[in-house]
Amino acid sequence: MSIGSRKTKRLKSEYSQMFIPLIALALLVIFNLIRDPSFFSVVVTANNEGNTVLAGNLISILNGASELAILAMGMTLVTSASGGQDISVGAAAAIAGSVFIKVLRVGSITPATVLLAFLACCVVAMLFGAFNGTLVAVFNIQPMIATLILYTAGRSIAYWINGGATPTVSSPLIKSIGGFIPGVPIPTPIFIVIICGIIFALLFKFTNLALYTQAVGINSQAARLNGINTIGMKLLTFVILGLCVAVAGCISVSRLGLINHETILIEIEMDAILAVAIGGNALSGGKFKMAGSVLGAYAIQMLTTTLYAMKVSSTSIKAYKAVVIILIVAIGSPVVKSAVSQLWSRLVKRNEPAATGRGKLT
Amino acid sequence: MKNDIVLSARKLCKAFPGVRALYNVDFTLRKGEIHALMGENGAGKSTLIKVLTGVYHKDAGQINLVGTDGIDREMTVRSPQDAQNLGISTVYQEITLCPNLTVAENIFIGREKNNFVSWNAMEKRTGEILKSLNIPARPKQQLGGCSLAVQQMVAIARAVDMECKVLILDEPTSSLDEQEVAMLFSLMRDLKSRGVGIVFVTHFLEQVYEVCDRITVLRDGEFVGEYEVKDLPQVDLIAKMMGKELDDLSGLYKKEVSFDDDGTPVYEAVGLASEAGVKPFDFRINKGEVNGFTGLLGSGRSESVRAIFGADKVTGGKVKVNGKSVQVSKPIKAMKVGIGYLPEDRKRDGIIADLSVRDNIILAMQVMKGFFRPLSRSQAEAFADEYIKMLGIKTASADTPIKSLSGGNQQKAILARWLLTNPQYLILDEPTRGIDIGTKTEIQKLVLGLAEDGVSVTFISSEIEEMLRTCSRLIVMKDRSVVGELKGGEVTQDNIMHTIAGGGN
Amino acid sequence: MRVNETTLGGINGRKRKEPLTDTKLLLAITIGIFFGMYILAMAVWGGGFLRPQQLFDIFNNNASLIIISCGLTIVMIAGGIDISVGGITALVVMSCVVHLDTQGGSVLTALVLALGIGLAFGLVHGYLISYLEIQPFIVTLAGMFFARGMTTIVSVEPRTAQHEGFLALKEARIEIPWLGYTTKSGDLIPARIEIGVIVALIVVVIVFITLRWSRLGRNLYAVGGNRQSALMLGINVRRTRFYSYLICGLLSGIGGFVFLMHTGAGNATNAAGAEMNAIASSIIGGTLLTGGVGNIIGTLFGVLTLTTIKSIVIASGLREPWWQSITTGAMLCFFIVLQSIVLSKRGKGGFKLVLPKWLRPKNRNNSSEGA
Repeated sequence: MSIGSRKTKRLKSEYSQMFIPLIALALLVIFNLIRDPSFFSVVVTANNEGNTVLAGNLISILNGASELAILAMGMTLVTSASGGQDISVGAAAAIAGSVFIKVLRVGSITPATVLLAFLACCVVAMLFGAFNGTLVAVFNIQPMIATLILYTAGRSIAYWINGGATPTVSSPLIKSIGGFIPGVPIPTPIFIVIICGIIFALLFKFTNLALYTQAVGINSQAARLNGINTIGMKLLTFVILGLCVAVAGCISVSRLGLINHETILIEIEMDAILAVAIGGNALSGGKFKMAGSVLGAYAIQMLTTTLYAMKVSSTSIKAYKAVVIILIVAIGSPVVKSAVSQLWSRLVKRNEPAATGRGKLT
Repeated sequence: MKNDIVLSARKLCKAFPGVRALYNVDFTLRKGEIHALMGENGAGKSTLIKVLTGVYHKDAGQINLVGTDGIDREMTVRSPQDAQNLGISTVYQEITLCPNLTVAENIFIGREKNNFVSWNAMEKRTGEILKSLNIPARPKQQLGGCSLAVQQMVAIARAVDMECKVLILDEPTSSLDEQEVAMLFSLMRDLKSRGVGIVFVTHFLEQVYEVCDRITVLRDGEFVGEYEVKDLPQVDLIAKMMGKELDDLSGLYKKEVSFDDDGTPVYEAVGLASEAGVKPFDFRINKGEVNGFTGLLGSGRSESVRAIFGADKVTGGKVKVNGKSVQVSKPIKAMKVGIGYLPEDRKRDGIIADLSVRDNIILAMQVMKGFFRPLSRSQAEAFADEYIKMLGIKTASADTPIKSLSGGNQQKAILARWLLTNPQYLILDEPTRGIDIGTKTEIQKLVLGLAEDGVSVTFISSEIEEMLRTCSRLIVMKDRSVVGELKGGEVTQDNIMHTIAGGGN
Repeated sequence: MRVNETTLGGINGRKRKEPLTDTKLLLAITIGIFFGMYILAMAVWGGGFLRPQQLFDIFNNNASLIIISCGLTIVMIAGGIDISVGGITALVVMSCVVHLDTQGGSVLTALVLALGIGLAFGLVHGYLISYLEIQPFIVTLAGMFFARGMTTIVSVEPRTAQHEGFLALKEARIEIPWLGYTTKSGDLIPARIEIGVIVALIVVVIVFITLRWSRLGRNLYAVGGNRQSALMLGINVRRTRFYSYLICGLLSGIGGFVFLMHTGAGNATNAAGAEMNAIASSIIGGTLLTGGVGNIIGTLFGVLTLTTIKSIVIASGLREPWWQSITTGAMLCFFIVLQSIVLSKRGKGGFKLVLPKWLRPKNRNNSSEGA
């Protein structure tokens, strides 16, 4: 097979895996363009600090989805290896954000202290990730149950870290993290997402993270017989998610300049899980496509923004979201899929090469 | 049809794409008899059972069953439910009961006509059943807390309560110890006296001779014969299962490998035992030697080599590799000392179904290189292509998910995986299963070639000729323990069969 | 050959009493811990704990949680999950308030409305999960979103019920004078129980009877314990799972009505997090997420334990608001890990050791491929 055609084959198969999120995005884009052709227009304005920045729906979608996209990345790995979901990411982000602010408030805010604060919250978030990971990998507890613990206690732990207050932090440095760096018209969180994406891409390229994670998720027995440390891998995915949580928490805190343990990234775990599912990844684990989850995150954000633009009240957005979600997963359900494929094969009689030798024995 | 025949099948055929699983198979079961169904891999035992119980639909042939009215009529079994309603009950090797429910519940659930459960009545009736069948369980006991033997007996009790006329036991004794087997047999004899026809699918020779009246042997999907146990000596039975007559001296291919029992063995184990239940055994293999574990299906060959690889939890034994003491407690440790293992059950232990052929091939080598040293894309492609070509793996591309490949090609890919790791000692458990004839020969040649290059190989195959052609030493197993070792010129079919037949429990 | 301890026990008969089933063992642990906790609280902190009213208030404040936890337990026993119960509760509350106040409804019609909403959700969930085989988490997540969204569509602002008939019901109390207490000024205040508590207890009893004595109840356990086996044993697995979600929806409707009877007002944030409390209660009560194990008395005690810990935390002087959730989380952790250890130890002594690990009921993957 020539190199060129091999490359096209690979690209084709990668895109087909991202079918659902791409369709979701495409439908949303088309819907918006029909409803309001100027929906995606980008304008140049001046923001509160007097900088010239870009604004508009497109920017706000990309910006607003940043935390979700990053969490979706980490959630993809956890779902892939352990076949379950981590519902504690919002609470854990509250903890991470609280640590971030706490360290910042110790002294003056300089790039060095910001870095220190970030490292501190990374460590804390990774520890909690390891806690979840241990319950799942060593004690064999279902991920959703194991993370229910942190879900319950996490925001209160954050509250405790904050000494019972909602501390604020005010500094142009922080503002530039959560908002715009002076002179750069694109919001910083978007860059952070890109950086995270690059880091993951590098991880996938320079380590066997993707291969091992998928192997463990698809067939952990066989993975073990190939020498993979299955417990270690599951634990690692939770720790990585912890890092993502730290980043998301810091972004969120920087946006608002404060931390409210009750409201920060509230219910984002549900959206993150949803993003993974819309991204074409099986919630029961196995093969994953992280880019799909990221696209799923943006699709969810676009849906929310679209509904806002349609003047749907913020409280009732959920109802519409629900309907769209059900439609998407119903289309992807095995029963529907097999019914459709049966229909398809009856309509289009195609010769398929005999693939299985010994036949199905189930 | 004779009065005492309860089930008869004539000329059953069943085929799958590319495989003729059953061809003109006959089977007759009489009332009140225990009838063994035997055969090696690919013989068609499980297919026959599945056809009789409605899991598969037969392609051709006829099944007759004597109904509750005593009239023999032809029947079509459409589903397992159907079979149950017709009086054919099956107890599988893995228990299809609910371990979280009590014994009494398991006997009655799914069958109640009322909407309300009467615990008293249920438990009372269960108590009666258990007592009459001598099953050591109590109605209120949680099934999961019972031993496997008792669970099987409860499954049988359910069948009996449903007034089954035919009871099929699919390899019930594989995981039982001697006491439990005795319990099970006494239950079977009890049922026999009540007129139930029992089909006993097994590969344990001693047990067949202990409890069965007649034997049906299948081989390669065909009916070999039906015999009275008292008229068929063990050696003849083995010959029929293997397809060889006693005095057939096959040996068309002479192997050229000689071995050397002095010098440091590549691998040596004393008293190796594992959680999988193999009795502690000693084992050694020298450089460039090809040896094998032989014995009938279920004799413990796979469990033994898994213990060598550390695939199952090792519970005892001292191991030395190249003279140095090592602890091979996990697969990665075995890999690090140069051992590779091609598993017998490739679906469960071998392939990572959704990953590509390429990923499956490079996996083991990748793990040995380490987490932080992934192969570059071009390296991976090169390796994969090389082995795809070398072994003739038929795949649309190296990127195809391995689950779309045929079984034989999947097997080749796993073989490629281990060859790629350049092992000094390679364990191949049924590498030729499900592969076409031409490739089978290639693999045997490959094995001999590896040996010439100094690689030690342990080779397990259900096909005796393959072992004879390649192995210079054979360890003979029966009923989970080693019963003999044949070296060099002793490695002949006759000797194997005699050793199996002669080896006691 | 291997000697299996349980085998010997099985053959020779156990010398001690019948060992508890998994369900009963976990229940025993939960009840033990609850009483231990409560008695400890009575001993150490006295005061409020010594009054029966304290216990009654736990019921008064959590009647609706008890009811929806029952629903969740049923779903979990059958091997599923339903995270929409809190949302349905909120929707029911808001809808009933609006119905009572603006549509001229009566208490009876409001009740019918509540049941109808619950059933409708249960029906859709059951169909999507059982027949279209979509993951329960996603379906019920969407259900939750839909319910919460609809709550604000029904009424953007919080509303308090004004309907007279309803208010009469809301304020009604069952009084038990001899379990009351005397205030400092010498007045005897009888113990009071809300009507909702009676409803909750009735629900518990009915669910208990169903789980223990009805065919459906036993089928739920079978399906949750081993879906493949249940199928082979002749149980209609799809229908059973469908019913589990239907009942859960219905109970959410009832729970919503009881919630309304307790608070008397509709609000978008009603029952926020109730689903997680219900899951936690079920888990503490000994229900396994993996299915097949669980019982309603345990869930009841789970609710009591979960809510008592809050009082204990306050009594012990940890007054800061964060201690409640942290101790709840810690307690949850304790129960979850305990369950995991207890059950894995049992598994080792039971059939799992004897059965080679690779022979799972689902996979007919023994070595005789095609043989």
